[in-house]
Amino acid sequence: MKLSFSPEDEQFRTEVATWMRENLCGEFEQIRFRGGPGDEHMFPEERKAWERKLAEGGWTAIGWPKEYGGRACSIEQQVIFHEEYARAGGPGRAGHIGEGLAGPTIVAFGTEEQKKRFLPGIVAGTEYWCQGYSEPSAGSDLANVKTRAEFDEATQQWRLNGQKVWTSNAHESQWCFVVARIDRESKGHHGLGFFLVKMDQPGITVRPIEQITGTSEFNEVFFDDAVCGADDLVGQPGEGWKVAMALLGFERGVSTLGQQTLFKNELAEIIRVAKDNGAAQDPDIRQRIAEAHMGLKIMRYSAMRMLSGGAGVGLQKEALIYKLHWASWHRNLGKLAMDVLGPESEIAAGAPYQLNRLQGMYLFARSDTIYGGTNQIQRNIAAERGLGMPKEPKIVIQ
Amino acid sequence: MEFRFNEEQQMIRDTAAAFLAEVSDSAAIRRAMATEQGYEDAVWARIVGDMYWQALHIPEQYGGLGLGYIELVALFEQMGRYLLCSPFLSTVAFATNALLVAANDEQKNTWLPQIASGELTGTLAYISPGGNNGPQAVQAVCEKTANGYTLNGTLRYVLDGHTAGLLIVAARTKNSSGEQGISLFAVPADTAGVTRNWLPTMDQTRKQAEIVLQNVALPSDALLGSEGAAWPQLQKVLQLAQIAVAAEQMGGAQQALDISVEYTKGRYQFNRPIASFQGIKHKAADMMVKAESARSAAYYAACVAQEALAVAAGGDGDTDLAAELPEAAAIAKAYCSDAFFFNAGSGIQMHGGVGFTWEYDIQLYFKRAKSTETLLGNAVWHREQLAKMLLD
Repeated sequence: MKLSFSPEDEQFRTEVATWMRENLCGEFEQIRFRGGPGDEHMFPEERKAWERKLAEGGWTAIGWPKEYGGRACSIEQQVIFHEEYARAGGPGRAGHIGEGLAGPTIVAFGTEEQKKRFLPGIVAGTEYWCQGYSEPSAGSDLANVKTRAEFDEATQQWRLNGQKVWTSNAHESQWCFVVARIDRESKGHHGLGFFLVKMDQPGITVRPIEQITGTSEFNEVFFDDAVCGADDLVGQPGEGWKVAMALLGFERGVSTLGQQTLFKNELAEIIRVAKDNGAAQDPDIRQRIAEAHMGLKIMRYSAMRMLSGGAGVGLQKEALIYKLHWASWHRNLGKLAMDVLGPESEIAAGAPYQLNRLQGMYLFARSDTIYGGTNQIQRNIAAERGLGMPKEPKIVIQ
Repeated sequence: MEFRFNEEQQMIRDTAAAFLAEVSDSAAIRRAMATEQGYEDAVWARIVGDMYWQALHIPEQYGGLGLGYIELVALFEQMGRYLLCSPFLSTVAFATNALLVAANDEQKNTWLPQIASGELTGTLAYISPGGNNGPQAVQAVCEKTANGYTLNGTLRYVLDGHTAGLLIVAARTKNSSGEQGISLFAVPADTAGVTRNWLPTMDQTRKQAEIVLQNVALPSDALLGSEGAAWPQLQKVLQLAQIAVAAEQMGGAQQALDISVEYTKGRYQFNRPIASFQGIKHKAADMMVKAESARSAAYYAACVAQEALAVAAGGDGDTDLAAELPEAAAIAKAYCSDAFFFNAGSGIQMHGGVGFTWEYDIQLYFKRAKSTETLLGNAVWHREQLAKMLLD
């Protein structure tokens, strides 16, 4: 066990910090500390421009292998990058679904052809991705997807029909990875495929969902004879579930570090407010701020344990509890922010319904314990896989 | 950066688990806790004679094994898991750490080899009646004399104070207050004027005593560290001990979860194991979150303590990490205290009626959770220490 970073890694830290200082300025000044959870609808174009700026400096996909345009950074260096990125006020990454989810999945399961075609756009910050998993009848029961994919022999293309929901930033994305049912007779996690679908086509309609925040980063996506190339399937037909689940494993990996750094900025803002308005003298607020600080630190330590564990991340106990820990933590942070603000927490930034950053975070954080596996589903998974407790008997409704 | 045990550390941990499962099973715990001494001589003899754990982090030049705090924390985790009844915590986390932090070379040569060999146990006495945490807890009085010092006062909540051979005593100069005027002394328990009374405790697995000092005359070389300015050293000792206790709590939190889950797998109601009900599973999952998070906090703090001790010894420790000691100790102790209490309390609920009986072990964990929570500052106190760092 060794927590220290090597001199080479400290050198790397200086390099990142210097680059951030020299580049996150001027036209990008306005997006510093912006675009995090609950604020993702803000500055989409500016954040995409920033993504291209990062790419110029070689700071996108830093953990990917060099042959795919990455920087082959060690885990330590990725940790350092995320730390320095946040310290500098780096904005929420517009490309995180591509870099953190689509890319690693294509690297792990894609053909050489797919890697050549899709990875460069992610690395360059020119192509953005969204995630087509959930459906109206496939929420916690994700394997119950009903979106159909049929292979059209005449056109030699896949044809997709159905609906996805809760698709973040679908309106900002060129591509969507879609889990769809190939085998009409199949049920559950059998007979699925993992498709890479172009968003800009007549068969796809994106409808924003107006959220509790009054803003929309989630969407409904409708597929009406949407087409997908014969070669744009990751893994074999029928292997979609395996690929889809492996992707969720990547989600719990290094990409969580970027999220933590955003949390860190939010907590820092709450502490600033508390010191300014005197809430920092309230004994209960002091306890809760300390608790939030502890929770965030422990989140980081747990992530370090996960990352030190190597490849089998999804199987370790610390990985099984990670989502429960951060989601509950962040939801509590939202309430803490409002309680620190006191009566000022009610006053919005503008009409008709323009919320300030902490208000947006407070409301948006209610989704944290729901998306990506609700707390209740996470508890089932932790108890069944982590503790070996038996599944609930199935009730079959005829 | 490598935040997991290396092979040797893993081996130490596994060996400790196997040994403690044998010598500290339910029957052994109950035999030891029923005594005033608080431990079985045969078990302690094996620990000091065969396992040599008491010597683990004592440097080799003083007869120890020269291993680090990470290895030590691996032991404390397992001791907490198996509720070992022994003077290990008081001797190693309190007395040895105090000597490592505050003693000069000559004093280390006097005391550490005796502890390393197993012939001497020790403890730390610093809280006077009415005291709890912080420098104000120190109310025993020391006066300088022609040949040394005289100590007077009453000290409470002294772990294994009635059996320890060496008492590290904190006292303050008359009329001093706060962090000023505090000194540390190495006091052999048989020194004239020292009276020791065992205090029966709610958690019987760990013994406490009251120590009364009446005109205890000490030679000048009994003084550890700087006269009247030892608070920073005492504070460091307490922080190192907090990390040891946090590791015990983490092990206890894990075991409270494990025995409760095991019970629910074997307990049938409505024709199914109650472990299959979500009402039970979700409680267990929440306990798992606590146990795993406690593990992260305790291991991190162990790494920090290792560097802090290395820096204090003039070695090549990482000074940035070493400087995190106050924060890491507070986080570990606060989180692990709450986690252990939550898991032990939830464990009783998962056991149902039998959880309320003397016969089942979960009650022992519930009591240990409370006693360790109170020891060295509870979660509320530690969170306030963190709040001071963050907000003031």
